[in-house]
Amino acid sequence: MELTKEEREMIEGKHGKTLAKVIRTVVEYGTLFGAKRLIPLDKPVHLVTSFGVSILKPVYNMMNELIENGLHTVLPFTVDPRPLDHKNIHYNLPERLVFKIMYGKQKYYEKQLMKIGLKDDNAFTCTCYHKEIGNIPEKGDILAWAESSAVVYANSVIGARTNRNSAIIDLFSGILGKTPEFGFLTNEGRKAKWLIELKTTELPPAQVLGSTIGLKVIEEVPYIKGLDKFLKDRPQDDINDYLKDMGAASASNGAVGLFHVENITPEAVDEGEKLLSRDFKMYSIDDAKIKQTRSSYPNMYKNPEANPRLCFIGCPHLSLQQLNKWTNEISEALQKTGRRKIKIKTILTAAPDVVRKFKENKHQLMKLKKNLVRLSSVCPLMNMNNPLFSKKAVITNSNKLRMYSTAKYYDDHEILNLITGGDKDEKRI
Amino acid sequence: MKKEFKGRPVIKGNLTGTCLVSKAGLNLLASFQKSLLKKEKKAICSDQDNKDLYKKELTGKIICVPQTIGSTTGGLVIQTAAKAGLAPAAFLFSEHIDSLAAAGVVLSNVWTNIKIITLDNLGNEFLNTVKEGMTLEIREDGTILIKE
Repeated sequence: MELTKEEREMIEGKHGKTLAKVIRTVVEYGTLFGAKRLIPLDKPVHLVTSFGVSILKPVYNMMNELIENGLHTVLPFTVDPRPLDHKNIHYNLPERLVFKIMYGKQKYYEKQLMKIGLKDDNAFTCTCYHKEIGNIPEKGDILAWAESSAVVYANSVIGARTNRNSAIIDLFSGILGKTPEFGFLTNEGRKAKWLIELKTTELPPAQVLGSTIGLKVIEEVPYIKGLDKFLKDRPQDDINDYLKDMGAASASNGAVGLFHVENITPEAVDEGEKLLSRDFKMYSIDDAKIKQTRSSYPNMYKNPEANPRLCFIGCPHLSLQQLNKWTNEISEALQKTGRRKIKIKTILTAAPDVVRKFKENKHQLMKLKKNLVRLSSVCPLMNMNNPLFSKKAVITNSNKLRMYSTAKYYDDHEILNLITGGDKDEKRI
Repeated sequence: MKKEFKGRPVIKGNLTGTCLVSKAGLNLLASFQKSLLKKEKKAICSDQDNKDLYKKELTGKIICVPQTIGSTTGGLVIQTAAKAGLAPAAFLFSEHIDSLAAAGVVLSNVWTNIKIITLDNLGNEFLNTVKEGMTLEIREDGTILIKE
């Protein structure tokens, strides 16, 4: 890798031993992927490691070394959601004990994060790109993020440029204010290896379409045709929410870090099929394939016949618009069924700043409280990592949560009907 | 059958040892989490989805896989396993190294001074040839000799 004079001096230790290790790590990492240089970051980093898991001792030692040597990120950063929420989620005693062992270093680690440059106490979310949070990149911005759902959103929906980095590489890039140039940071790395033709008769559930694409292309870039006809007349916020959920499913069921949607995503609007690589492969998705994907998910419940006891909605975290939509739909569905409260304990998850904004509307907040729906900023996934918690029959509309836990996936309209006791076949409009 | 393969040395070194093989990617978090949490002396693979490696001892072995997969915390898992003395002796990747394994072996080397010998780009033929329990000799120029 070609380094500047200052970067060479850093590696030689002229700016301290710890900074030398930081830049050496980033340079060696980048070299493995053929990076020729480090390039400046345009916006803050977003870290994936938000959890104080007791096993990660070397990380805490490393963080202490960074802090003791006065190192911190160039710009204040955001980080993934907290793993626990004692205020809004009820944990029984054994669950609390297991969580205490698992995430015993949480408070300690959060203090370290603050010292190293965390934006504020509310900066815990996987959707840092929402306007209420404010870590919002622009098209073409160079980033160094690691959270897979945020990476795919930034690259695809915004048109910013970040690799799907490993944890710590995100932090070190933030400290240096630079990241190695390779992969999605280059024009060549953003070319699509797959042409996906969508031939369904209606807009598929975002989470299942993302899953179908991810399972096929794994980590390669898809260029999706045919989705625009369902999305193009919708408001931009609706499109962004759909692509957020589709992207997260493609990133977790596969390892997609970037997708292009014809006539919709910024680079596809600008360049169209020029984004296809010369040797692209083709795959078409029709109603049957969506159905096939949907029916392929295994039932991971300890008792496969168990009735659902808990529902998580919001992995990745809900946008403010989605939060309002769910609040209204749950309320309307309950009115329809004549029930006074929800049938299954339900937790809606969104970023702390989105929750704060939502709570400013007292009418909406009352609606949610009246129906006994809980609101939290927890990471449902890390919450489910508790082996005791994972024994519960949990349902979710998140394909990411399904993938990494024992939770059972249902489409939005099915979830709505399950939690409100409505007609299970009735579709959400 | 070819007995010698050549890969790209990511972390160089000489080593002779016994191998484990998986045609599926190695999910780092799922594989090491349980042993790390229980502070075991040896890491036993706890990834139920990996039929080739599940319940097998990973510590000190030469792990032959296409790539690593799973959570982007994977790099930290390698570093933590290395510090706890639970790491494999070597990773042999048939494909190009992925970002998780790359970060993990570099972090281990730079921050904990533990070298996990790593080679990548060994190709599909390597993964089709090598079998669990075989003795492999790894040379620092990236040569692998299968000794059986």
